[in-house]
Amino acid sequence: MQTTTLFEKHQSLGATFTDFGGWNMPVRYGSDLDEHHAVRNSAGLFDISHMAEIAILGDAEEFLDFAVVSKVSALADGRAKYTMICEADGGVIDDLIVYRISAKDYLIIANASNRKAVVKALEHRKHGFNVDIRDISDDFSLLAFQGPKSAEILQSLITAEADGAKYDLSNLKYYAIAPADVAGISVMIARTGYTGEDGFEILVANSSAEEIWDLISQQGVSPCGLASRDTLRLEAGMPLYGHELESDLTPFEAGLEKIISFDKDFVGKDALQAKVGKTPARKLYALKGEGRRAARADYEIFLPGSENPIGKVTSGVLSPTLGYPIAMAYLLGELDLPVGSKLEADVRGTKVEYEVVAMPFYKRGR
Amino acid sequence: MTNPENLKYTKEHEWVLIEGDVATVGITRYAADALGEIVYVDLPKVGSDTTYMKICGEIESTKSVGELYAPMDGEVVEANNSLSSAPETINDDPYGAGWLVKIRFTSLPELLSAADYNALTGE
Repeated sequence: MQTTTLFEKHQSLGATFTDFGGWNMPVRYGSDLDEHHAVRNSAGLFDISHMAEIAILGDAEEFLDFAVVSKVSALADGRAKYTMICEADGGVIDDLIVYRISAKDYLIIANASNRKAVVKALEHRKHGFNVDIRDISDDFSLLAFQGPKSAEILQSLITAEADGAKYDLSNLKYYAIAPADVAGISVMIARTGYTGEDGFEILVANSSAEEIWDLISQQGVSPCGLASRDTLRLEAGMPLYGHELESDLTPFEAGLEKIISFDKDFVGKDALQAKVGKTPARKLYALKGEGRRAARADYEIFLPGSENPIGKVTSGVLSPTLGYPIAMAYLLGELDLPVGSKLEADVRGTKVEYEVVAMPFYKRGR
Repeated sequence: MTNPENLKYTKEHEWVLIEGDVATVGITRYAADALGEIVYVDLPKVGSDTTYMKICGEIESTKSVGELYAPMDGEVVEANNSLSSAPETINDDPYGAGWLVKIRFTSLPELLSAADYNALTGE
């Protein structure tokens, strides 16, 4: 299994580890519920260096417009977009965040488990474009610093750059990225995340990752593992590749077709265009349960009183913030279930009531 | 070694305290730590029969579901109902306030000593 630069740091903090996409990653340091609540109420720090970073240099905007489903050339410098890279048949290879540094310099963050598939797909698509695709994942660490207190804490650690100016985070909008110095170390700070809270993702050279981790930790910020990362993203209604997204699904099933720009040529366009206005075979729903027993991934969903399953849960948990079970599930598209529809989940042999709700389950206050 | 010497253990990571013909049963620190923070406990009803190594309850954490295997044949005489509102007690105090059930046993299988259990979990 691969480990991140911070592996020994996590060991020294007493982390429990798990295999995540071939990486030995911290699941939790103490209580995953405490870590979850820290991010909702204060701030938490995650090592997400297992994720892949790919730099696209050269004719990056033209190339990426062709390679991914969104029109990323339309981004202003320093802005980012959540998008997907699809096969010619429309199947999702991965979901990505694409950051535009400049017209000639883009950064892609991809899932750890899909790193090779994404790089391979990009390489296949580069014919005719003057681009340099650089997988820089092994040289950089990525820290997610998330929660309502993260901006204030991070600002206090930002130091003056060579020109004497200190980067002001209040100028960094949601889904924006900028270079800044933290305690004299050059990093890239993006206002993105996977928790539903305000927060940042900090791209730093491996050689300085521990220093940045320690600096933030010393501000009383709890380290957080993948268990809380998963419950936080699920409450925020964010898909996880391998659960809500797969190569045999398109953005339409996931309800994410709005990220597709059909006013350009891109791989998968014809297949995806053919799906416009049609009811997909499966649709992703948000479900809310009662009590404390959560339907989990692969548990079947039924219409009340029926013995024929209409779909399966893809992710489910007892929501730490909301106190009731929540789940995402792929259900038969033709049912077209409105919010409030009553359903049942088979929780290890017992039928438990669930109800269709609107996504996301949790939205932070402003 | 965090596993108390005065208790017996099972391979399913349960501990057993024998007092007369009643055994108090819980899960070990090792099991509680492996599950993560426990959020739901489903215990057998008082008066129900237990059969050695048959599932008689469930313990859920945010990340997974663990099954409670009856460590012996017998009848449930008490269940720790305070766990339904505070299941995290199992994480906080697995050998004390986090006990699960008391079983009046009809026979006792062979159980592991603390040393055997420590060896099993590599402690």
